[in-house]
Amino acid sequence: MDNTEKIKFVIDDKVCYAEPGQTILEAAKSNGVYIPSLCYIEGVKPPGSCRICNVRVNNRNLIACTTPVAEGMIIDNDIPELNELRKAIVEMLFVSGNHFCPGCEKSGNCELQALAYRFQMMVPRFPYEFPEKGVNATSKYIFHDRNRCIMCKRCIGKVMKDEKHVFAYNSRGGEHLHVVMDEELASQLTEEEATEAMDICPVGAILKKERGYYSPIGHRKYDKESIGSDIEKK
Amino acid sequence: MAKKITIEPVTRVEGHGKVTIHLDDQNNVTNTRLHIVEFRGFERFILGRPYWEAPVLVQRLCGICPVSHHLAAAKALDVIVGAGVGDSLTPVGEKMRRLMHYGQIFQSHSLHFFHLVSPDLLFGIDADPAIRNIIGVALKHKDLAVQGVMMRKFGQEVIRATAGKKIHGTGAIPGGINKHLELEDKELLLNGPDPVNADKMVEWAQGAVDFFKDYYKKNKDMIDNFAFFPSNHLSIVRKDGALDLYNGVLRAVDAEGNKILDDVDCQEYNKYIEEEVRSWSYMKFPYIKKLGKEKGWYRVGPLARLNTCDFIPTPLAQKEFEEYKAINKGKPDNCCLHYHYARLIEILHTGEMMKELLNDPDLMKGDLTVKGTKVKKGVGVLEAPRGTLFHQYEINDDDQITLANLIVSTTNNNEPMNQSVNIVAKTWMNGKPEITEPMMNAVEVAIRAYDPCLSCATHALGKMPLEISLYDVNNELVDKKRT
Repeated sequence: MDNTEKIKFVIDDKVCYAEPGQTILEAAKSNGVYIPSLCYIEGVKPPGSCRICNVRVNNRNLIACTTPVAEGMIIDNDIPELNELRKAIVEMLFVSGNHFCPGCEKSGNCELQALAYRFQMMVPRFPYEFPEKGVNATSKYIFHDRNRCIMCKRCIGKVMKDEKHVFAYNSRGGEHLHVVMDEELASQLTEEEATEAMDICPVGAILKKERGYYSPIGHRKYDKESIGSDIEKK
Repeated sequence: MAKKITIEPVTRVEGHGKVTIHLDDQNNVTNTRLHIVEFRGFERFILGRPYWEAPVLVQRLCGICPVSHHLAAAKALDVIVGAGVGDSLTPVGEKMRRLMHYGQIFQSHSLHFFHLVSPDLLFGIDADPAIRNIIGVALKHKDLAVQGVMMRKFGQEVIRATAGKKIHGTGAIPGGINKHLELEDKELLLNGPDPVNADKMVEWAQGAVDFFKDYYKKNKDMIDNFAFFPSNHLSIVRKDGALDLYNGVLRAVDAEGNKILDDVDCQEYNKYIEEEVRSWSYMKFPYIKKLGKEKGWYRVGPLARLNTCDFIPTPLAQKEFEEYKAINKGKPDNCCLHYHYARLIEILHTGEMMKELLNDPDLMKGDLTVKGTKVKKGVGVLEAPRGTLFHQYEINDDDQITLANLIVSTTNNNEPMNQSVNIVAKTWMNGKPEITEPMMNAVEVAIRAYDPCLSCATHALGKMPLEISLYDVNNELVDKKRT
């Protein structure tokens, strides 16, 4: 397909082309433009739950991971106003969980931490909630720390065993809402599947047992380059 | 009228503490106490966490010797994951950890001697506090100050190369280590431009020992007699009796050198060591069980280590060790300020060990970890810069920590530090009508000799405000002075 058959749009003053059906986030990514996100993961219908990827089109804030790109769209993405909003969301996620990076084995590989660095978050502007949602360590290979969960739903959509969801919400909403692990299904996961589950989680809520801190400092995902730089280099 | 003197905070030590001294009507010292005024709580809040987090979590106890906690926890978890104890790790696992440990002791000892202690030696206990500090040293003895800074830097670089960061790294994992030594780091540490290379560090470490020996010759009476008292001494030693800071068996000797404990398996430490709680301090008082609370307390740290070991397995340090041991004709050394002498010999030893290890090809090859059958309990013991460090963990079937007990080096020295404070207070303050700054500093000099890490997390370098309060017999405040 040449460019004449593609959707033409502009993002941050850059003229881009997208395949029909692509979301703004996917289209931006294929054009080398990084739109920060936490809940989006390839292969799963975007839940639009984290709201980090909100962009501005015609003075409206839209969620880039759920909104299809359209011909002639002029999109603002990397602008101070939006980045400040995104930073505020990151700060809210930090205070609503127990994210103690110094002791967390996901540190250096954590997308929430990486976004905090990207947005130069120093200290959250909101008071810490210090939730007590508990942990579930009953699975052979998975340690599930609900106090670190950011409710992105990635694990709900992606971690499956025999076509059944290993993780799910415990209720429909409210302050007691959290993600729970099906202990029986989780205990059937292989070591490799548990490792994949850990990689799917953007934070340190799902840990593969007995493999902590195997990546040396300096060799972790975001030690050398900030999150999104792989897309921006394209 | 009876009085109570409070020295708070104690300065030029790691952490925060205070001293109270009670005087009777004739201004004679009746009672002294070193209080530790901070509470940490790591043993509680680590409960429920997955066991493999322990080495990274608990090292946050301290900003000066995190490596010691990191490694002690890792050693305990080696037992839990079935990797065994001692030299059961792979060569790279064992040697990278040792290199990290020697780097830690080298930097910590250097910080203590050059930054915290040298002002007392160079300017005198009674010198003007305005110059009796590291800035004063930097202005008047620039070469010495630079050596202190650069030696600390070298130790920190070794830690970075082995743990990934200079402070609070992640190198040691249960059953081994998470990286090999990188060629770039090996080259930097062995052959880097002066002064940050292993040869220069050994040279400067030897120079520091020589500096102290020269000082000792000129001030022998003061050094030998300051806060002198006999005590037991405890440390780990290698099976053959050599000084070993990373691994070994427990040995304790009394003030005359008779062995109280020998060849004790560290996994069974709690059969031999007990801890007493006293209401006025957050720090416990450990003692050797079979001697009881009254007689079972002991010293740890450099002085104790050179009292318990038979020899040092590196040539330059062994030569100094022999000369040092000759002072007491081979008997244990009970002089408080000889801690500095022993500490400097250990700096030399760790400098030599680092050089040897950096030349060892094992650090750059081979399997990083070993694993065996998991068990529920593990103990890790090593010699931290300030003394013997005990970590004990128990886990449940779900890999969660259910018990953590840490006896931190400084805790072992709790009673000796209190004894030292008591002796110095009596020597310097008995019958004196006025409290002077040198008197208070003398008390601190005695505490400082142990290089205590009082809260094992916060640390205070240089001059902190010193507050002294006088209370009458009814505990009413009579006077307060703040420096």
